[in-house]
Amino acid sequence: MRMSGAEILIGLLERQDVRMVAGIPGGANLPIYDALGSNGRIRHVLVRHEQAAGFIAQGAARVTGKPAVALATSGPAATNLLTAVADAMLDSVPIVCITGQVPRALIGTDAFQEIDICGMSIPATKHNFLVRSAGELLEVLPRAFHIAASGRPGPVLVDVPRDVQTEEVSFDSWPEPAWPAQPPAFDVTDVERAAELVNAAKRPLLCVGGGVIQSGASRVVVELAQKAGAPLVTTLMALGAVDRDHPLNLGMPGMHGWSSANIAIEECDLFVAIGARFDDRVTGKLDEFCPSAKVLHVDIDASEINKVRCAHAGVAADAAAFVKALLAHIEAGRRPGWLRHVALLKARHGLATPGIEDPRKPYGLIAHVASVAGVDAIITTDVGRHQMWVAQSYPFKKPRAWLTSGGLGTMGFGLPAAIGAALAQPGRPVVCFSGDGSLLMNIQELATAVEEDLNVKIILMNNNSLGLVRQQQSLFYGGRIFQSDFRHKVDFCLVAEGFGMRRIDLETAGDPASALKEVFADEHPWLVHAPISAEEMVYPMVPPGAANSSMIGGEGDVWANL
Amino acid sequence: MSGQIFETAGDCRGERAILEITVRNHPGVMSHVCGLFTRRAFNVEGILCMPVGDGTTSRIWLLVDEDERLVQLEKQLAKLEDVMSVSRHGANHEVFVRLEEFFRA
Repeated sequence: MRMSGAEILIGLLERQDVRMVAGIPGGANLPIYDALGSNGRIRHVLVRHEQAAGFIAQGAARVTGKPAVALATSGPAATNLLTAVADAMLDSVPIVCITGQVPRALIGTDAFQEIDICGMSIPATKHNFLVRSAGELLEVLPRAFHIAASGRPGPVLVDVPRDVQTEEVSFDSWPEPAWPAQPPAFDVTDVERAAELVNAAKRPLLCVGGGVIQSGASRVVVELAQKAGAPLVTTLMALGAVDRDHPLNLGMPGMHGWSSANIAIEECDLFVAIGARFDDRVTGKLDEFCPSAKVLHVDIDASEINKVRCAHAGVAADAAAFVKALLAHIEAGRRPGWLRHVALLKARHGLATPGIEDPRKPYGLIAHVASVAGVDAIITTDVGRHQMWVAQSYPFKKPRAWLTSGGLGTMGFGLPAAIGAALAQPGRPVVCFSGDGSLLMNIQELATAVEEDLNVKIILMNNNSLGLVRQQQSLFYGGRIFQSDFRHKVDFCLVAEGFGMRRIDLETAGDPASALKEVFADEHPWLVHAPISAEEMVYPMVPPGAANSSMIGGEGDVWANL
Repeated sequence: MSGQIFETAGDCRGERAILEITVRNHPGVMSHVCGLFTRRAFNVEGILCMPVGDGTTSRIWLLVDEDERLVQLEKQLAKLEDVMSVSRHGANHEVFVRLEEFFRA
């Protein structure tokens, strides 16, 4: 066979079963676009800013678990993409980003739209490649997919100079499509050691992290909790891994977590972290995190074990495989006292949701949306107070239906991630909870959502401020609100109209609940404008850098009475 | 990557260790290794790198502080796609000792 680099690249994507890519064409990737257009079997979604292409790929990858692809040209396009790449790195999302680069002879000459994106993306990718010949693509592209999906997933960037795209090369056969590597093997002694710790514990607690979703370990983790008589907490990345209403689920731990989760962490004598990485937003002040507990840490990434908290036992393994093996060694049906205690804890110190009946209040709006969106809905958020309200209170039932920017905390994530999810799973409604600050950071993607006519419902909780910043200024900076309130008020309904998107304003709707029902009965994209008072706080809250026991607001006062 | 030797300024506090890293030899691999240390806020006192055998691999020698984070750094290094092996030697390993005469003030 004789083909150009661009044709090889598109052929390899097709063989890798990629059916959709998002991106923007430009000078240094036009040969790729030409080959993509001629191929005709891969759907291209034209975004309005390259960062959104990265987040669309993320949205697709997060709901399917398979690597998804974003395309961008060189220079500013590649740097625009970088935030979404970094976001994928922090949340372990498998994406493959293919950037155009200036021709090989011009590399290093400060050519037009030249930037060393490989150099820039080193800390933000699992790995990256600068492709030096068309023939090299046959090896590099399958490897990129292999790396993105293997072990702890993550982003891979492939930088392809324009003259590599046009270079013609002969080759005998296509390489095999890439598959993820086998997870690391673990020893039966690791299982026995872990089982000893669990069986010896009086008050064990499971911390379910994003790795549980990555490895499809939900079912076995719930089995473990039930068999061992161990309650569990689900981190921000793991929401949906366990039914929120499961009696053993004490909710989300950490800075804006449920009191019941944080109290149980304080009280447990064994903390079993499964695919969780002791993020500072979960632990608060590290020295005072689960102070009386031994730690058992299971993570597919060996470098996570002992990174911030020393484990009494740590094993680098796939969560599902390890927990399954562990189950056989667990003594069943013990600890009725501990279970009674945590049931009481959950009943007394679960999440307080003031205003849950009122669709014009944060928790009430979320509850009403949940009731009309249905159990199949995929939920995305941006970053801020709305994100924490949804994380705290949305009735998550299933894994891979909750998409949020956890590690990097990227405002602007929600809308393009929702578009990506809707493209990947067209049969399901997608809800994007956003705030006015966040939505403005990728507002241009309203055009993409309308153009693709996707079933995306944007719930815009508008307080005309940078709410979570405002809250920190209110609580920790003497109430000095500075540069977190917007002086100009954007008319988002008019903005939506300008983009050709259907919209409704809950402020003027006579009956917000029935208005929401009508919106969700329709399969086109909608913007739902929901004004929220800037005074609405998200509680509880652990002050940044403080111990979780210094949680304030909500049910936080319970700490004093423990 | 041709053979290059450079040293970062540093005083002589504490215990030192030497890491021996075998990597795939192609452009950019030094950036990946050095960038890792910068990113994890870990100081590198000296670097030595040369191709090995037919040049498909290179060996990087790093002179580093031996503190409790070194194990973590070794694990992070091992995760890099182009790193084939990582091993640790004591500070008395002679690879850097012999170079001292080239670095007299």
